[in-house]
This record gives sequence, structure tokens and C-alpha cells, in this order.
Amino acid sequence: MSLLEVTDLTVSFPTVDGVVRAVRGVSFGVEPGRTLGIVGESGSGKTVLTQTLLGLTPGAQVSGRAVFEGTDLLTLTEDQMRQVRGARISVIFQDPLTSLHPLYKIGWQISEMIRAHDKSVSKQQAHDRAVELLGHVGIPRPDRRVDDYPHQFSGGMRQRAMIAMALALSPRMIIADEPTTALDATVQAQIIDLLLRLQQESQTALIMITHDLGVVADIADEVMVMYAGRAAEKAPKRDVFYAPHHPYTKGLLESIPSSSASGERLRPIPGSPPSLINLPSGCKFHPRCGYVLDRCLTEEPTLRPIGPDGLHNSACWLPDQAAGLNEQAEKLRAEMVREERGEAAAEVFEAETLGSEGSVAG
Amino acid sequence: MSDPIDSTPMDSPPMDRTEPDPAAPAEDDILVRVENVVKYFPVRAGGLVRRTVGNVQAVDNVSLSIPRGKTLGLVGETGSGKSTFARCVAGLIPVTSGRVIFDGRDITNLSRGAMRPVRREIQMIFQDPYSSLNPRRRVGAIIGDPFTIHKTASGGERKRQVQELMERVGLNPEHYNRFPAEFSGGQRQRIGVARALALRPKLIICDEPVSALDVSIQAQVLNLLGDLQRDYGLTYLFIAHDLEVVRHVSNSVAVMYLGRIVESGPIVPVYGSHRHPYTTALLSAAPAADPDTAAARQRIILTGDVPSPIDPPSGCRFHPRCPKAEQICGTQEPQLEAKAGDAATHVTACHFPVEAGENLAAAQAGAN
Repeated sequence: MSLLEVTDLTVSFPTVDGVVRAVRGVSFGVEPGRTLGIVGESGSGKTVLTQTLLGLTPGAQVSGRAVFEGTDLLTLTEDQMRQVRGARISVIFQDPLTSLHPLYKIGWQISEMIRAHDKSVSKQQAHDRAVELLGHVGIPRPDRRVDDYPHQFSGGMRQRAMIAMALALSPRMIIADEPTTALDATVQAQIIDLLLRLQQESQTALIMITHDLGVVADIADEVMVMYAGRAAEKAPKRDVFYAPHHPYTKGLLESIPSSSASGERLRPIPGSPPSLINLPSGCKFHPRCGYVLDRCLTEEPTLRPIGPDGLHNSACWLPDQAAGLNEQAEKLRAEMVREERGEAAAEVFEAETLGSEGSVAG
Repeated sequence: MSDPIDSTPMDSPPMDRTEPDPAAPAEDDILVRVENVVKYFPVRAGGLVRRTVGNVQAVDNVSLSIPRGKTLGLVGETGSGKSTFARCVAGLIPVTSGRVIFDGRDITNLSRGAMRPVRREIQMIFQDPYSSLNPRRRVGAIIGDPFTIHKTASGGERKRQVQELMERVGLNPEHYNRFPAEFSGGQRQRIGVARALALRPKLIICDEPVSALDVSIQAQVLNLLGDLQRDYGLTYLFIAHDLEVVRHVSNSVAVMYLGRIVESGPIVPVYGSHRHPYTTALLSAAPAADPDTAAARQRIILTGDVPSPIDPPSGCRFHPRCPKAEQICGTQEPQLEAKAGDAATHVTACHFPVEAGENLAAAQAGAN
């Protein structure tokens, strides 16, 4: 039994220009002590997805189910949600400066949150707990820093304070929305290290939303790649990185400059993500995809297991064996394109992909 | 290529170097030479009578050079002074001391009038394609501004040239009359590139040009920058915090920490056999998009944050965070020099450089 089980979640926003279909039928589960990485570019729906779980998307049309500890989060009233948010599920946002109130002391903000959920805690107890939490997340001299204002903290320390606040009520699940994006590499490493350590201590479930595949490679157990409001691929971490099935996942991995392809031309995904108001027909990725089959234009694929264990899921019409970055998978894809679109298309395709195999397989 | 970064010590001017490196490019192959550039911003306090109480030592004695047609990557964390340095090179802010020599000519602190022709040859591309384009002006006008300002083309000729540029950077020339808001992030960055390219500059300073873009779009822009360099022989000063991006685009790299260069040299030795503990820590901290690499890596977690540049640490500025620091590091500033076994082009400012095979993470764990 998962801690959180999301089924067919759909979120859309009516606007004057039309309905923005931000999330379209996403399902996933999160287990205690495990980390789900949600990867996607701007506008893929990854943030809307998790904010909807916490009732932070007013005005949205929501359907589906999100069962957390036996209750459907989507049916909670605002008052009930307030009991869950912060206490059972807490959130760490990207920008710690805008998430902290500039005019209140850090310690006050942490103890206020503790007292808002449990009135029986005295001010002194809450203050002491704030000091303890700040020390726990690695703030030096927490007994003194607890009385600092947010501007007296550096970016990394603010993010630590946010994590301290997220931990204050011992939540069962933490949603971290790009928690390290605004931070420098060495500080990012500190924060990821801290999150991993805290998770091991408390067996908290973690949902890590990020656009950075490097962060996911570090921290996630399972990865869900989102594109245009849907899960394109969902699999254990190693499958996503070493045997991606969906051309979008493959494209993302190949877009990253890495040591193996140094100095060579990168192979970006052509074009840009679609408008969520005016989505393309069929598979939403087909206008940017190099492996388009006829049915991609009309039928939208849904996640299906592509391996025997059922853990590796992909929403793509390509055959199951087409997973991977190796030459064999590439030949199979070329074969598919040849069957569907004739010899000329296949030749162009092969010249583009197999011709530079060295950098692909690297 | 073999001597992309020159690190001439402070007291010997580059003209009379006693040991000329035979592999070094001739003087006229160097497009930009920066010598001992210092940029301090005064910190003022007091109510009515403002007095200077200190300096933000944003850039402190930085020397380097970029050969024509090559790319120098500049990496460092927030507050390392890399953007300030870029603005000094571009002549956007005056330097406190030192010299910037561009194309054989000293352009340090030129007057506005004297600087104007030079500006045509040095252009910048900025990080944020949302705030660096005026939202109320049409794209054609934005890209065409350089022609108007420098009076090189007007009317129909200007429009023709702008559309040619748009086509060159991968934008649809028919979108000439659109506003920036009608373009995506990647397209906006292409607009920025087109604007920088308008006057056929020799040097383009790219300040975090792809860090605000999504991964798939980032690769498109990096490829475009590479194509333009090849076609027009452009020279780039490429500033980024993403080490993999810098490795991909650059011929050589300089690592900055708190206003100083701690290590510099051609890409391969600096990435492969880095000598400064800060470079080592930075590389170990960079997230690798590969689970096995990530798991196998021994990450060096630096303690604390970058100290304030108003009151930088004495001696080596990295010493309070350095796992190898000893007493001398706090008292004596290490000079940038080639360490034993390194090529003359690979220089490091460290008293105790990292040796090949040395495990800094283990040393750090032992020390704690």
C-alpha cells in the first residue's frame, strides 16, 4: 500500500484564451522512505501536479483521485487540507527568499508554524524546537541564528531553514519543488546531502520536482518524465538513464553536454514544447519526435509496461525492444521508420542517428 | 590553442617575458588580454556625510587572455566576480586598476566617445531572455537598434539586414513585427544572439546564456553559438556555473573564487587533473546525469558558504573552506603558477595542490 496513490489526475485552468490543460491523466504512487523524481521542462505540468495535491491551485478544474494515508486529498475542505499541509505533507519551494517572510525572524516563523498546528505547544517549547531543527539542518550557532531575519541568511542557509520548517512537524511526505535550482553547485551538493540524510533518518517519502537530470540521478529511486501534462515515461532510475524508451526521455539525455561528447555538436530536441491551450493531435510529442509513426498523429499513447517486471512504463507506440541508447535499439527504431514512411525517410533518419553513433552510445 | 590563458605575474609586463614559450601564440593571435584587473566597489556608510568604510573586492588582480576564434570559459559560484569581470572587459564599468587590451589596443577606461567604435566589436549576451528585451518594442526594432545607433544601415536596408540575422539565428524573418512576449524562452535568447551579432563583433561575452533555458532548448542555443563561432571566427568569453556546459563549449577555462582566479588552463588538464582543491570540490559537486557516476563519485562537501567579498579571508581566500588548508594558507597568498608536472599553460594558485590519485573526500572525512 503506497503512502500516496494518485490516479488519473487531471487539472485544467479555464482562461480567456481557452482551457489550459496543465495535467492530463497522471497516475503514480509514492512509498515511505522512497524518492520519486518528477522531471520535465517548463510547462510540463510537474509543479501544477503537486500543487493540486495540496489544494494550492484555486480556480482549477480537477478530477481524479489522490489517496494519501487513506484519504482522498482532492475531496478535503480547506480546513481539513490545512491539517494535512505542513503537518503530514510539507513543501520546499525553489526560492527560499520569497517563501520566507522578510519581516519576521526565522525562528519565529518556524515556531509559528508549529503552534499553528498544535496549540498546546508553548511559545518557549516551539522556540526551543526551532533551535533544535536549525541545528539539525546544519545551521551553525542555531541558538543565535534563530533570532536572525531571512536577509541575514545566505541562499543556502535560507534553504536549510525552509527544510527545517518542512521537517518541523515530522511529515510523512515532503514535496521539494526545484529545491536546489537557485543555489550554487557546492551548496546544492550540501542540500542534496542533507535531504538524503534526513530521509534515511525518518523514512519520509520524497517527491523531487526538477528539470535537472543530474539531481534526479543523484537522489531519486523512481523517475517520472513529464511532457505536456502527461507522464511520458515512468521507471526505476537506472532504466530511465540507461534504457530510455520514450524518444523524449532519450532526447533529454542526449541534450545534456557530457564529457563523452565534448566538443561535438549536441543533439537537441528540435522545436519547443506545445501550447497547453492548443495541444497537437495524437501523441503530444510527435511534432518534435524523430520516430513518428502513422498512429502517432491520431492516437495518443498511454503509459504501458514495456518490461517483464512491469516497473518500466512508457507512453510511446514504439515496440518494447526499442528501449535503450545502444545501436540495436537505434536500428530497431530506424526499421520502424522505414516500414512506415518508406526508404527515403529511413535513409535521412539513419544518416542523422546512426551516422553519429559514437556520440550516441558514448 | 596551446596557450589560451596567459597568467603573467604582476611584476613582469607581458612584452619582456624572459622565457618566451615557443608554443605560445604570437601576440597578434590574442584578441583580448587582461592584465591585473582590479575592480573594487566602495561601501559607504553614514547619514549626511557618506564615507567609504570598505570595498567590495569583486575582482582582484585577474590576468588572462583569449586567442582569436577561441572560447574561454569562466566558472565560479555566485559572488565570485565573474559577471563583474565580464562587464570590465566589455567596458561597461570602469576598472579600479589594471589594463584591458583588445585587438592590440588599450581600451581601459576609455571615454564614452572613444569607446563607441570599440563597442561595435564587443557584444554581450545576457542570462535572462525575459528581462533583457524591452517588452514594448518589436523584435525587428530590438535587433535593428545596433544599426541605428552606429548609423550603419537604415530603412529598407536595415530591415533586410535584420531579417537576414533572424534567419541566421533560426528565427522566422516574417516574425519581424512581433513582440518579445510572443516568443518562447529559447527564441528570445536567439533574439539576444541576433542583436549581439548585428554589427559583426569580434568578441561576444556570453553571461550565463543558457542557464535560464530548458535542457532541450539549451542544446539548441549552444549549437547555434558553436555554428556562429565557426562561420564568423568569433571569440567568446563564456561565463557559466554549469561545468559541463563550459567543458562542452570552451577551449580553455578559468576558475574564479572570491574575485581571484584559482586555476586556469586548457580544458583537458583542468577537468582531468585539476590541482586546486576548490576546482576539485566544484567538479565533485556538479550533478552528473548518470546514476552510476553519481553513486561512485566521492563528493567533497564544502562547509559553509562563499565568504563576503567585503572582508575576504586573508592569504588564500579559499582557506576557511579548504579541506587541505594549513597555517601558511591563512597568511600567505599563493601565486598562480604551473605546478610540478603540469604544462606551462595550466596554472594553479595553491600552496598544497591536489596530487594525482589523491582522495580529497577521504582526507576530508578523516579530518572531520
